[in-house]
Amino acid sequence: MFQLTLARKKILWAYLFLAIPLIFFLYIRIYPTLFAFEMSLYDWNPLAEEQEYIGTENYERLATELNNPRSVTRAAFSNTIVYVVLGVPIQLSIALLVALMLNEIGRLTMLYRLLFFLPFVTSTISIAWVFRALYQPQFGFLNVLLTLFSLPQQPFLKSPTQALPSILAMIIWQGLGFAVIIFLAGVKQIPRDYYEAATVDGANRWQSFRRITLPLLNPSIVYLIVLQSISFLRTFAPVLAMTTQGDGGPLNSTTTVVLRIYREAFQRFDMGFAAAQTVFLFAIILVVTIVQMRLTTRATD
Amino acid sequence: MSRAAAWPYKTFSYLMLTLIGLTMIVPFAWMIATSFKPATEILRPNFFPVAPTIANYETVLFDTALPRWYWNSIVVAVMSTVSVAFFDSLAGYVFAKYQFPGKRIIFILFLSSLMVPTEMLIIPWYIMSVHPIVGSSWVDTYWGIAFPGLITAAGVFLMRQFMQGVPNELLDAARMDGVSEFGLFWRIAIPLALPAVGALCIFNFLGNWNAFIWPLIITSARDMMTLPVGIQFFSTEAGADWHLIMTGATLSVVPLLLIVIFFQRYIIDGIALTGIKG
Repeated sequence: MFQLTLARKKILWAYLFLAIPLIFFLYIRIYPTLFAFEMSLYDWNPLAEEQEYIGTENYERLATELNNPRSVTRAAFSNTIVYVVLGVPIQLSIALLVALMLNEIGRLTMLYRLLFFLPFVTSTISIAWVFRALYQPQFGFLNVLLTLFSLPQQPFLKSPTQALPSILAMIIWQGLGFAVIIFLAGVKQIPRDYYEAATVDGANRWQSFRRITLPLLNPSIVYLIVLQSISFLRTFAPVLAMTTQGDGGPLNSTTTVVLRIYREAFQRFDMGFAAAQTVFLFAIILVVTIVQMRLTTRATD
Repeated sequence: MSRAAAWPYKTFSYLMLTLIGLTMIVPFAWMIATSFKPATEILRPNFFPVAPTIANYETVLFDTALPRWYWNSIVVAVMSTVSVAFFDSLAGYVFAKYQFPGKRIIFILFLSSLMVPTEMLIIPWYIMSVHPIVGSSWVDTYWGIAFPGLITAAGVFLMRQFMQGVPNELLDAARMDGVSEFGLFWRIAIPLALPAVGALCIFNFLGNWNAFIWPLIITSARDMMTLPVGIQFFSTEAGADWHLIMTGATLSVVPLLLIVIFFQRYIIDGIALTGIKG
């Protein structure tokens, strides 16, 4: 028998320590990922005896439905794009403004930070139901406010044109605090000297903001755009909670990709088609992540 | 910038922050106020109840499964937080402090799992839970709800960053003194990385407490639902009983608000430091 050298012993210990996490990742993360790809090639129904291999039929069906302007799948994807394209810029603009103002004031910073942070840590489902109540006709606080100012009452969640913005407002509201904190951390890292030098050179606030704040905040901005885009792409719980029967209505005007996946997989048990949609969602998220990596490497170069 | 030039901006900032800050708490205030309204007052447009009552709380606490959902959420969140604190730290420690063949490939394996959205995994997880390789069905069990979150890739990376700060000299000296390899991790690395472990625990607890889509799928028995799933079902069933829905929402949100008010500094600094989402 050879003697175990210290180096060999350490290697053995490293493997031993990593054994459970490694098995976990292989079985709970890697295997299901591959399994999802496999399922997407089947007409998979858990209630059936055997699963039928159908090749790329699920993907062809997805392409057909995406090309059909009247299909629910098309509505889900186009709504999701609207959630991302409207939600991310609005949320990040407000958050940046709030972070800059928080940086401006001297006192009460902790109190304000707490205020903006509260919605972020509370349960999305509970908050979504509170907003659903806020949007109600008659007693809903928002319509009470409108009446108070002699403005006409609005249908909000009951209108096909107002429902999506109403839900989006709640999502923006809830996630604002997270973006504020990331921006605030970024703003605090910018040396005060830069602004003082700029003032000496006769720059006004807007110029300082354009030439110093924005470029130096670039890493935080890119980071938040990617993180928030992914989180808006995955919108699910607020739509489930704020639409009648959680159906993404009225007239599919608020439904999202993940809500469709949930319904296809766990209510219609068409798991193969649902899996194909998750693969497509995964591809989109992957592209967003890769673009972020490119942008951040360029920014640090 | 001179003080004279700064004050209008300051005043404007206070004003705007107060305005936006108000929109942050008004929904909570309205929720709490509504939870004290008797059913007859619900459709009235007043903000505060005219004749406040605690009847809604009695109904929700004694006639619904809400206390049970609370308990389930606590069990699951504690289970996963303990597991994450231990295994994420251990894996992070190994990646930071050991050299071994295959380290790079295993690390990339962990890393790659970060990009896969939960939505892609839930369908396979469900099939795996109905026919598990160990034991009987995981549907409607604590293990079933908790298993996907027992070890997290984000936590492993966070801990690896912090464990790199543990001095090698300290570990080597302790090794010479005959401390076991596990002892090095448990008695030297963990105490030094305690702030990071704390942040990890808080975010993991919050994340699990609010987790929705997987608990929604893996539970069907009313008694096994977690708080968010219970609230969703309860609200759908309560239909027009807005006073009860607001009471349930208040009961589910207020304890969390208290925790945050109490620990806000740690949580906010933790987010700024790690960028982890709860």
